[in-house]
This record gives sequence, C-alpha cells and structure tokens, in this order.
Amino acid sequence: MDNSFSAQDLEFQAEVRDFFATEFVGELRDRVNSGTDIKGAACDWQNKLNDKGWLAPDWPVEHGGTGWTPVQKFIFETERANAGAPDTVPFGLTMVAPVIFTFGNDEQKARFLPRILTSEDWWCQGYSEPGAGSDLAALQTKAVRDGDDYIVNGAKIWTTYAQYADWIFCLVRTGNFERRQQGISFILIDMTSPGITVNPIPTIDSAHTLNEVVFENVRVPAKNLIGEENQGWTYAKALLAHERTSIAGVPDSRRWLTEIIELAKEQTTANGKLIDDPQYQTRLSDIEIELMALEYMELRVLASMSAGQTPGPESSLLKIKGTEIQQSLQELRMQTIGAYSVSLPQDEYQNDLHQRGSGARREYMYGRAATIYGGSNEVQRNVIAKAVLGL
Amino acid sequence: MNFEYNEEQVLLKESVARWVQDTYSFDQRHVISQSDEGFSRDNWSTFAELGWLSVPFSEEFGGFGGSVVDVSAIMQEFGNALLLEPVFPSVIMFGGLLEKVGHTELNTEIIPQIIDGSLLGSVAMYEAHARFDMCNITTTATVDGDNYLLSGSKSFVLGGAHADKIIVLARTSGEQSAEQGISLFLIDGNAKGVSKRNYVLMDGQQVADIEFDKASGILLGELDGGYAPISAMMQDAHVALCAEAVGIMEKLNKTTLEYTKTRKQFGTVISSFQALQHRMVDTFMSQEQAKSLLVGTLCELSDETTSPERAVKLVNALRTLVAKAGKHIGDEAIQLHGGMGLTDELDVGHYVKRLMMINLIFGNGDFFQNQFNQVAYG
Repeated sequence: MDNSFSAQDLEFQAEVRDFFATEFVGELRDRVNSGTDIKGAACDWQNKLNDKGWLAPDWPVEHGGTGWTPVQKFIFETERANAGAPDTVPFGLTMVAPVIFTFGNDEQKARFLPRILTSEDWWCQGYSEPGAGSDLAALQTKAVRDGDDYIVNGAKIWTTYAQYADWIFCLVRTGNFERRQQGISFILIDMTSPGITVNPIPTIDSAHTLNEVVFENVRVPAKNLIGEENQGWTYAKALLAHERTSIAGVPDSRRWLTEIIELAKEQTTANGKLIDDPQYQTRLSDIEIELMALEYMELRVLASMSAGQTPGPESSLLKIKGTEIQQSLQELRMQTIGAYSVSLPQDEYQNDLHQRGSGARREYMYGRAATIYGGSNEVQRNVIAKAVLGL
Repeated sequence: MNFEYNEEQVLLKESVARWVQDTYSFDQRHVISQSDEGFSRDNWSTFAELGWLSVPFSEEFGGFGGSVVDVSAIMQEFGNALLLEPVFPSVIMFGGLLEKVGHTELNTEIIPQIIDGSLLGSVAMYEAHARFDMCNITTTATVDGDNYLLSGSKSFVLGGAHADKIIVLARTSGEQSAEQGISLFLIDGNAKGVSKRNYVLMDGQQVADIEFDKASGILLGELDGGYAPISAMMQDAHVALCAEAVGIMEKLNKTTLEYTKTRKQFGTVISSFQALQHRMVDTFMSQEQAKSLLVGTLCELSDETTSPERAVKLVNALRTLVAKAGKHIGDEAIQLHGGMGLTDELDVGHYVKRLMMINLIFGNGDFFQNQFNQVAYG
C-alpha cells in the first residue's frame, strides 16, 4: 500500500498550482465568483483553460484532450478546488462530447467538438421529462421521420441553463418496442429552431437555473442523429460509465470545510469563539471524518482505474457519500453564519453580512438538487444493491 | 498509488482463512470459549508454527519484520475468524511495547519466546478510576536495589489472566494525569505480591484486575519516560483493532446479505424488499468508509514524512468512524436477522459483541472524536 504521487505527478502538481495562481485572479476571478454574469464569466474562464489546452481532460488527445492519467486528472481537480476555481460547465464538455466522439460520425465530430472547446456553443441536456424522472426510460418526447428531418414533439424538464443554450442533446422516442429502452434515439437540436419554447422554473434558492423546454413540431435534420436510430439508450448509458472520478467532489468539500472553519473563528458566542464550542466542534468533525474517509474511498477507485479497471458501481458510493457531505457542509455553513443566512438579497440595503448569508442560503437551497440529479441517491442505492450486493 | 494488500499480505491472509475454514468453525470456537483459559494453547502453538506470531517483530529478533500494513492484513482476517486467542494483548501490545522501548538485550531474550509461542505477555495500563485516560496513574514504584517495588491496582488488563510477563505502567513523578513521569516496569506474572482476579468479557476473552503489593520488577526504558513508547505502541494497537473491526464488519455484512437471500417471508425472499436492500447498501457503505479510512491511515502511517499531529488526527478519526460504522453494522445485522439475531446459537451476536468490545476499550467513539476535535480545532 502506498498513497504517494510519482515524481512526474508532483511536477505536474506544481505546474497546475502555478497556472491557477497566475491565471485565476483579479477581475475574472471576481466575476466568476459573483455569479452575476454566469455565461459570460464561465466562457471567459473556460477560454483561458482552452488556451492552455486543459479544458477537456476527458477527451481523446486527437480531439483536444489532455492525455492525462486518472491521477493527473485528480491532481488537476484538487488544485482547481484549492484555488477556488469553479468546475467547468459539464453539459457540452463532459456530457455530450463523449457521446459525439464515441458514437458520432466524422462530420458531427468536426462540426460540434471544436465549438465546444471554444465555448461558441453552449449545451444543455434534454433527458428528464415531466413523466420520466428517475424512470428515464418512460420518456415520451417523439421524433417522427419526415424526409430528411425528424419532427419532434414533447417536453423536457429540469433543463439546467437552457436559457443560455445554443444546442440541446435529447433522448427522444423514435419507435415503440416491448423493451422501453429500445426505440430511444440520441439527437442534437438547435435551440433556435422554430417551435422550441423555454419556460423558466424558479427554484427555492430564488434563482433561475432550471427550465422546461417544450417542442412543438420542431424540425430537426436527420444528420443530427447520433449513431443509429433506436440505439440512443445504449449511447446514453455508455456516457454514464464515462462519469468522472471527481463525482465525489472531495476537493471542493475540503475547501468549503476550511472556509467554514475560518467563519467559525470569527463568530463570537457568550463563551468565546464558535470554533471553541465543543458541540460545534463535534458537528464539524462529524463531517470532516466522513470527508477523510471519502477522500480515500475516491483514491481507491482512482488507483484501480490507474491499474486499468473501469470504474464500476463504486462511483454510486462516491455519489451518495459525496452529495450527503456537500449538503451537510451547506447546512453547517448556514448554521455557522447564523441569522444572516435567512436574508434575501436587497437592492437598496446590502452589506457583506447579507451577501455572505445570502450566498450560503442559495447554496443550501439549490444544493438539495445534488441528491436528486444524476440518478437520485435512492436510484444509486438500487444500483449498488443490484451490481455490488447481487440483489 | 496502490491501496491493495500486496502478494505476501494476501498469502498471509489466505493462510489464516484456510486454517479457520479447516479447524476453527463456530462450533469449535464455542467449545474453546468454554474451556478454562478461554482460548486454545494448541492453536497458539499452531499460530507460532505458521509464523503468525512473528508478523510485527523485527528480523533481528527473529520476526517477520512486518509493517502496520502486514499487521492489518492479519488482524482483518482474525476479525473475520472471531479469534479467541490472545494475539492482540500478547503480540501487538506487549510485544509491540517491548520493541518501542527498544531494550536490545531484553528483546533478544523475550521476543523470540513470544514468536515461538512459549511466552504470553500483557500490558497493565488502565486503573479503575481513570476511565479512558491512560495517563491517570496512581500505581507507584519505589527503588529496591537494582529493581523497583510496584504497588497499586490495574483493571481490565487484556491478556493479564494468563500472562507470563507483564509490563506495568507506574507513576514515578509528576501530576496524577501527566504524560511526563510515567515509567514502565517488567514483572513476572507470578511474582510475589501480584494477585489477579480473572473475569470474562462479553466477547469471551478473559481479562484480569491485578493488585500489586510491593511486587518486584525491572525498569524498562527511561525513568519517567514511558509515555513516548506507550503512546507509539497504542497508536499501532488502535489501528490493529480497527483492522480487526473491519474484518468483523465484512463478515457481518456478508452473513446478513446471505441470510436475506434465503429467508422467505410473505412468499418471497426478504432480500427482494427495497427497504431492506437500501439498508444493506447503507451498511455496505459504512463498511467501505471504515475500510477506506483504514487503508488511508495505513498508507500515511507508513510514510515517514507524516507529521505526528497528522498521525494522531488520522488514528482518532479512524477509531471514531469505526465506532460509528461498527454500531450501525452490528445493529443492522441483528435487526435483519430478526428473532434469529437474538439467539446465542447464531454467530452474528458474537461478532457484534466483539465489535462492541473493540469500540469500548481504550476509549469509545465520543472519546476519540473529542481527541480528534482537540487536534483539529483546538
């Protein structure tokens, strides 16, 4: 047993650390963190990463990937989180791109992949439907062939950032078979197509992240179909296996924990600082100890990947524990800040305390989504029950 | 980066597993547990022959030269086997402390006897009033020529019931709970002035309360300097216990899973119920958490650049997590076995009791979490 990085990895770590220290700074950093210009700031930051050639660690080198080992990806993720930089927006880079470069044709690869790297195209994901959430195979959005086009009708829901998107990748029903998973196709749709309506879904964090996307007789060129008709489920599932090792979110949680400890050193109670309160310390260590375990749980998966194994259902464990810890931290941050956590942003009267509290509140409220999306934690438990426990 | 046991460690584990399968069924274990000493001397000789008692000791004393990882590999398997034989008190604690003190002449004489199975040892640490504070010591030692005379009482001495040699912690200076001023003394188990009261714990092992009345012993290591070796030994001992606990957790989860796949109610196997499936996923997750932090701790303790503070933090985190995971897994194992889980006949309750014992000696979850808090946020 050995948890150490190789000399090359340490060298790489220093290079990544240096990159973030010199590039993720100043006005750009403030803009990314402010959350006011979500799309603009994200694109500017991603362009910096792209200039460096580090935007798409999971892509094959021929399409602009980095060729990093799993350990190098882990190092990059850790340094990114330590620098307080955000994760890249996943819909184009880590969700649709792997499907395109794995199952798409040459023309599709040439047309879509470069524009993802340059952030010229912003993507969103059209999987869930009002009647198909955890039971995704129940989806009913229809695509009917009409000459060189498909005519799409139906609705997708919980579509993150659809309001910014140029393209949406969708699972649509193109056929009806006994097995519901058959008859589903994977298709790319231009968001400017006539017949598409994006309806905002305000969420409990008082923000606009989610949307419903409605398709009414939307004409989509058949050349936008990925792979073969009716095989979309297979492609989407393969994409899930592509899930990044960073699913546990350990480095970000580690940084949040450090920030919360700093906050607790500032907060005063009748008996001194909050950080010295034994009950508070126990709340902290309840989370920190689980985080230490999760760190090694993730490294174990990483080590087995480095040894050539594909990550299996262990990633479900990482997802469950990782999101539970994130939510615990979001709650503890609110509790640490105290009453300011329940304040809403005011236009006229806004000071640092309100801003900090409001940020904590938003993260907590929207953070509830983490145990629901990407396969709810209950679905992940089903996966483990079946795949690991043989139930 | 690698978090698996190496080939040698796997072989070691397999040799234990094979022996258990051939000669240590739960029924056979039960017979041994009812015997006078509560363990089998024959098995002990076998362990010596198979080299299991040599694992942690340096090669210069005839040991295997094993690391914390090697010890963990064998302890995990011993947990799986629910072993009654006193490997932990005699080899890990007593032998481990001798090595930490580093008295070459004594070690050359005694450690080979531990390895060949002819000598059982024990460390008499805790006193009845001290709860989990190993530094809270009132046992005294007074100079008597080249030797010392020990007076005081120790409780809950693991392996004390059958020990040929005992290392006693005594206060030779300083405040009652100070780290400084603790000294270690080696005495014969049957020396004059030593009286024992043996009793049995919930997991079947025999321990002793020991009274020392001017019992003669020799000083081990430096006068007043016993804390450093004892805390170093205890760090290894905590990790070894956690490895054993992880072995027990794996066994309990496996047994429970198999049971639910065969037990039928409402016309079907109960493993088909989602409520139970999710609970078993959660116990599996608890097991994997404990195992992950165990391997992490093993790696970092093997790395000489790890700071002492980090080591203390890790070990206390591990014991806290093992306490929580152990309670979770133990409770669920009994619950999911239904009425059968309450029977003495089934092995489940016995594994649970050993796990509970581990999580209540030398500290409990709250105690270790407090220790963690002090290092992390104090």
